[in-house]
Amino acid sequence: MNAFDYAAPRSVDEAISLLDAENGDVGILAGGTDLIAQLKEGGRKIDLLLDLKRIPEATALTFDEAGLHIGAATSCAQIYTFDVVQSLYPALVDCTSLIGSIQIQNRGSMGGNFCNASPAADTPPSVIVQGGACRIVGPNGAREVVAEDFFVGPGQSALQPGELLIAIRIPPPVANSGAFFLRFIPRNEMDIAVANAAASVVLDADKTTILSARIAIGAVAPTPLLVADAGAALAGKAVDDEDALEAACAASRAAANPISDMRGTIEQRVHLSGVLTGRAIRGAIQRAKES
Amino acid sequence: MPGKVHVTTTINGESVEFLCEPRQTILEVLRDQLDLTGTKEGCSNGNCGACSILVNGGVIDACLMMAVEAEGEELTTIEGVASAEGLHPLQQKFLEHAALQCGICTPGFIVAAKALLDNEPTPSEERIRLYLAGNLCRCTGYDKIVRAVQDAASAMAE
Repeated sequence: MNAFDYAAPRSVDEAISLLDAENGDVGILAGGTDLIAQLKEGGRKIDLLLDLKRIPEATALTFDEAGLHIGAATSCAQIYTFDVVQSLYPALVDCTSLIGSIQIQNRGSMGGNFCNASPAADTPPSVIVQGGACRIVGPNGAREVVAEDFFVGPGQSALQPGELLIAIRIPPPVANSGAFFLRFIPRNEMDIAVANAAASVVLDADKTTILSARIAIGAVAPTPLLVADAGAALAGKAVDDEDALEAACAASRAAANPISDMRGTIEQRVHLSGVLTGRAIRGAIQRAKES
Repeated sequence: MPGKVHVTTTINGESVEFLCEPRQTILEVLRDQLDLTGTKEGCSNGNCGACSILVNGGVIDACLMMAVEAEGEELTTIEGVASAEGLHPLQQKFLEHAALQCGICTPGFIVAAKALLDNEPTPSEERIRLYLAGNLCRCTGYDKIVRAVQDAASAMAE
């Protein structure tokens, strides 16, 4: 690892001033599970290590009428052990509790998972289907980007030079809604998704009709994808309408644009996009019925 | 050339101060500066768990934490697991079950298992296997390790 400086600012303003280009290449540290590995083995060199964990907004994990505020540096374990997340946002438990080992979950953050912008990242689909947004701060102030627009390409996010992701915000769940996330890996744990999918549904008052739905798939394109056609195929349909379910799965297969690599082939990933979409929708409907 | 950073932390219940370079991991400082060599270096990239330590009670890989991050935190290493009265039940049961061969992974397993039992005193076998999935052992095949953790949980419940 090359030599670099370290700073742990206490405020967003202080962090933004340190992120200035005159400090060279700045590495943003939350849990370090991606960054430190890249510094050791990936050949990444930085001039300054900027630790977010002393900034209150980056470490807060709170819930109020505006919804859930997930500070960008809060760990996966903090998120899935938060009682509000367990009761109101189970799709976040689904994704944060299967990333890496317990050791990784105790350090790795959702903010880091977003900024690393791996096409196979496990947390974005759940956030996308629940209408989440990324709060970005920079020299020109703060802005919000909906989660599906945060990802630009493999390893590339919407962050501009001088900006950093400070929090992820998810609105409160509406009545009669549910969300669900799952992935396919060839082992039981400790693996990277061959494909993943999340779904959210809003049902009518007697929980027989889907009013609206959002579907997102991952590891099957350069970025996580919101599949609008899959959600549209379900809107207004009965919760047990198998034709509508298959139409949503077909929409995910059509949206998938994967590559073949050591984890899976194009054909397998397209097929999995449909299978996981169907299972995510069924899981989301079940949770909405139980809500 | 960046200067050294002064860090004040707590390790195994004792206040500790050290100077480190920002590029040093806490694993390097524990082993090379503080002579706490019970924490082992395996893969050094967060896959094997040989360097597992507790930070504020949660198990993490010391190879993926910078030493400067230890400021103000409470760390527990394998050296802090036994008490003045004797071995921790996990250590005793690892011995009784011969849950080790070469031993390089053992400190990490015991520290990770301690984090589990501190929070969940009666885990199922499935839960133990899942919780310890971040600790690799290339000798035992894991069964003896799992039985030792189960037996330690039983002993601690008595």
